[in-house]
Amino acid sequence: MAPHQVRRPFKRAAISDQQKRRELALLRQQQSRRDSQHQARSSILSLQPEPEPEPEPRDFDVARASKLKGAEAREWFSRQLTLPEWMIDIPPRLNQDWYVFARPSGKRCFVVSSDGTTVSRLRNGYVLHHFPSALPNGARTKDVSGPSHSFCLLDCIFHELDQTYYVIDMVCWRGYSLYDCTAEFRFFWLSSKLAETGACDTPSLYHRYRFSVVPIYSCDLTGLHTAYAGNVPYVKDGLLFYNKHAHYQTGNTPLALVWKDESCSQYVLDTDSKGQVPAQQQVVLELQDDGKLTTSDDPPVVFGCLEKELFQKFDLLSGSLLRFAIGEGGMRFLDGNVEMADLHYLGKVNRGRAFSDNTSKVCWFILYISCSL
Amino acid sequence: MAMEVTQVLLNAQSVDGTIRKQAEESLRQFQEQNLPSFLLSISGELANEEKAVDSRRLAGLVLKNALDAKEQSTKFELVQRWLSLDMNVKIQIRAYLLQTLSSHVLDARSTASQVIAKVAGIELPHKQWPELIGSLLSNSHQLPAHVKQATLETLGYLCEEVSSDVVDQDQVNKILTAVVQGMSSTEVNNDVRLAATRALYNALGFAQANFTNDMERDYIMRVVCEATLSPELKIRQAAFECLVSISASYYEKLAPYIQDIFNITAKAVREDEEPVALQAIEFWSSICDEEIDILEDFVGEFSGDSEVPCFYFIKQALPALVPMLLETLLKQEEDQDLDEGAWNLAMAGGTCLGLVAQTVGDDIIPLVLPFIEENISKPDWRQREAATYAFGSILEGPSPDKLISIVNVALDFMLSALMQDPNNHVKDTTAWTLGRVFEFLHGSTLQTPVITPANCQRIISVLIQSMKDAPNVAEKSCGALYFLAQGYEDSGSSSPLTPFFQDIVQALLVVTHREDAGESRLRTAAYEALNEVVRSSRDDTAPMVMQLVPLIMMELHKTFEVQKLSSEEREKQAELQGLLCGCLQVFIQKLGAFEQTKYVFTQYADQMMGLFLRVFACRSATVHEEAMLAIGALAYATGVDFAKYMPEFFKYLEMGLQNFEEYQVCAITVGVVGDICRALEEKVLPYCDGIMTQLLKDLSSDRLHRSVKPPIFSCFGDIALAIGENFEKYLMYAMPMLQSAAELSAHTPGFDEEMTDYTNLLRDGILEAYSGILQGFKSTAKAPLLMPFAPHILQFLDSLYQEKDMDDAVTKTAVGLLGDLADTLGSHAGPLIQLSVSSREFLNECLSSDDHLIKESAEWARLAITQAVSG
Repeated sequence: MAPHQVRRPFKRAAISDQQKRRELALLRQQQSRRDSQHQARSSILSLQPEPEPEPEPRDFDVARASKLKGAEAREWFSRQLTLPEWMIDIPPRLNQDWYVFARPSGKRCFVVSSDGTTVSRLRNGYVLHHFPSALPNGARTKDVSGPSHSFCLLDCIFHELDQTYYVIDMVCWRGYSLYDCTAEFRFFWLSSKLAETGACDTPSLYHRYRFSVVPIYSCDLTGLHTAYAGNVPYVKDGLLFYNKHAHYQTGNTPLALVWKDESCSQYVLDTDSKGQVPAQQQVVLELQDDGKLTTSDDPPVVFGCLEKELFQKFDLLSGSLLRFAIGEGGMRFLDGNVEMADLHYLGKVNRGRAFSDNTSKVCWFILYISCSL
Repeated sequence: MAMEVTQVLLNAQSVDGTIRKQAEESLRQFQEQNLPSFLLSISGELANEEKAVDSRRLAGLVLKNALDAKEQSTKFELVQRWLSLDMNVKIQIRAYLLQTLSSHVLDARSTASQVIAKVAGIELPHKQWPELIGSLLSNSHQLPAHVKQATLETLGYLCEEVSSDVVDQDQVNKILTAVVQGMSSTEVNNDVRLAATRALYNALGFAQANFTNDMERDYIMRVVCEATLSPELKIRQAAFECLVSISASYYEKLAPYIQDIFNITAKAVREDEEPVALQAIEFWSSICDEEIDILEDFVGEFSGDSEVPCFYFIKQALPALVPMLLETLLKQEEDQDLDEGAWNLAMAGGTCLGLVAQTVGDDIIPLVLPFIEENISKPDWRQREAATYAFGSILEGPSPDKLISIVNVALDFMLSALMQDPNNHVKDTTAWTLGRVFEFLHGSTLQTPVITPANCQRIISVLIQSMKDAPNVAEKSCGALYFLAQGYEDSGSSSPLTPFFQDIVQALLVVTHREDAGESRLRTAAYEALNEVVRSSRDDTAPMVMQLVPLIMMELHKTFEVQKLSSEEREKQAELQGLLCGCLQVFIQKLGAFEQTKYVFTQYADQMMGLFLRVFACRSATVHEEAMLAIGALAYATGVDFAKYMPEFFKYLEMGLQNFEEYQVCAITVGVVGDICRALEEKVLPYCDGIMTQLLKDLSSDRLHRSVKPPIFSCFGDIALAIGENFEKYLMYAMPMLQSAAELSAHTPGFDEEMTDYTNLLRDGILEAYSGILQGFKSTAKAPLLMPFAPHILQFLDSLYQEKDMDDAVTKTAVGLLGDLADTLGSHAGPLIQLSVSSREFLNECLSSDDHLIKESAEWARLAITQAVSG
């Protein structure tokens, strides 16, 4: 039996660079495997009884859109946000199938992180901020946690007071589309994923704005009461209701609803530029080629018709958005169509605005005003 | 026949190659034609006192080789062959062997000892040769000294060969009694005492029970300590080896003896000859290893119920231990830095000092600082080097805020020393110490930076200058630069190294071209530093990294130019190719990650792939590991475009999967298969038959290292996820394998930590395979094909849950699989899932887990199950 010599490593690093390369490769492979698995799992809706008629090309669109610039980007983003209808009646199974949360007051926007930068775009597609963030690929820092082409798309409200982006929905995460996932899944993903990136941390050099989630409740009595009266760190602007089973719908949808009253929102009624509530409620409608005045509903609802000569008189082009006051005659509906509307032309609207009001909003205001009177 | 064997055995050692080959051939034929007769005649030869020692020795070796082999499958065959041998033949061979122990020829006895241990290693686990130990020990104290020595040596080999659970405690007691008696100071024969001391080293693993008995332990310890004082150097050395082994195996029993051991070791370190002193130092290094492990576990989990308590031996010994170690630092050898194999008192002492610093932390600083101050500027280079080495050794362990003020004072001095000290050895250690400073006291996690905008430029220019020094010094400077770059890994959008990037890269490339770059690992160190500089760089230097790509490709191209290489040159060529492929791998990963460079970079992809294929072509039988790693990165970066390389690359992929001997290469190739699956998705289909065939062969082979098997299972998942329902044709092969592996891995052997870790890796691989297959079949018409496997999968999950020994990674994968099962099989599996324990208790436990990854998978599984059950 030979002596047992001991020779320890001398003036050598604990692991060789080759071992480091192996380990980094392994790490990358494990991460990619996890990503593929997530991707496979995030399309959980394959079990839904009615399958989608065709695989939507939207994922590709989103990936491409995240790289769009300028007018093209404005155009694309102005069509992407989900627009809740106003709650004019109580949906069935509200307590089982719906979520409720207090809407933060502020600017609704899409936040896109990609290519090492983050951009927030308002409802009309215009850029609000361009900044570094801790979102995946949201700043030019080393991020081993995902491939460089991954991007995120978040539905947010920018709350001026505490300079925070409140994320109210997650549309894409690390390149994976959540469009076709239920709200239940999206909210779960949102609550579990956002925090782990550090996006909810206080701002730092490579993370200019804080992100935050809003507390979301099941729409039972407790949930509703908490959302309505509970304390939140932001100024409330009404309540939002989301159907648990709905996918992310661009544009107007009856599966997301908004409610406002004076105790849960400062901005129940439209205010003018001086912050005064005008004497008469107003409505914004889009002028069509044939002079019809329509809402942004799909299909559009016609509220009235403008005489050709008025076109010239006010120098109007089709597609413009016009503001009207609803006169004392009010409006009458029959089978979802407008039978009569007492509209008074006020003028063209601010160029920043992207689309006309929808019917549910108009109805809601009429109901609201008549009730408060 | 017996006559012939002697001559053949002697011929087999002839200097004449032809005679030797002929003899070897006839031995082989004899063995093949009649194994029992062959074994009998060579064991008879070994036992025959009239034969020449050379033929007896070789007879013993041939016999030994007929019982054991390095290679696992061959070993297994030999064991089976011996077990099936006629019992009368075995009895005769055993008798010959035991008889040889009494031989007057040392070589014959010693060879017989080893062969007996090999036979015991095969037979004792099968309850054969039960009388062996008894007959070895019978009347051992009446034996003549040379037989006693052979008996003890046999016991030593036997303990090395046989696992402790096949020897019952009664026999263990007898072995230990005989061994310890042979070691004791009353034994007058030094050969006997040495054999006994060496035997104890191996027998310590059998002494668990005896070490819990105070009296027996006291006795063993006393005898070992006495043996360290023997006048015979080899006995003292062997006795210290026993102490080192005891420190690792019986740390928690050492408290009563530690003071005495300290006195013994201190005396040995100061006064004894080097082989003994080195073991004495190793005792303390080993105690440090133990305490570092224990203290790490303390920090890891604040449970306080760690199995072994820390006795803080090092902390208590500190005031005496540190001065003793510092003394050793002054005993350097002249050219130790130029000798790769050197190991001496100064090196062992410095290494131990570093471990002590890791064990006690801050407490070491005041004990070492005066030594550094005293010696750092002395005219004698030994003192300057020792002081610098002491400083470098204590940089890992103490808290950075205790060290930083000292480093800030010392930094300037060290930079000057690296430039101006006349002694190569001092400069070597200075550069190494700078590297340690950057490794442990520089980086984004540290509050006060050692490197500031004020000194950064000087540091870099000194390191670059020092890269022109002797190879050993230049190598350490490259190492220092490596850690300097590593510290800037997380430094934000622009690295402080950016302004120096060009100069650094230039200097490193010059080093790689030095004529003496082959010495002291210099070329390797330079390329490794280059890798780290690139890895930690930001996108502001991406264009410069891009310029490096063609440069390194050119270097790689140059390695093909030299034709007709000697085997040594071929080895050097392969090594250089490895370094260059390593660089390219790092570049690919870096540039592939930047959107701005990705497009330009992919233009190089064709050329790069061409070079990698040529690297493969340089070898006939094996594939180059580094080239394989680089190709994995390339597949990840190029995505589906990688498909065009597959026709040419495929044979090397297969070759890599067949490389059982270099299992690292096989493991890496398995990982690359995963990369390719994710890159090509369904386009990988044409290659899947070949890949699956090879992977299945790998799994069923005994020759492949077991560590490769879990990743192979995960790889099944990658393939299934890529090709979806096309995986159908592999189900009939893959599923039974997964099932039997699952059954094997359902239970862990609780006592063996290493085996438990392995079992968990295996479970993770199996679960990932199932997940991938289920997800691959999701929403396809063939999903119902998986239904028959659902009961087994649920059973596996249930049994894992009931075993309660899953680690976090397995728990996460397991609960995810539960979701996959529900997601893919939907309402068909709903009732089955609801019946399983996993879907209730396990899921609920995971839902309330603190680990957010587990929780996330569980939330997902809950959702999938809810849908499956309601749908």
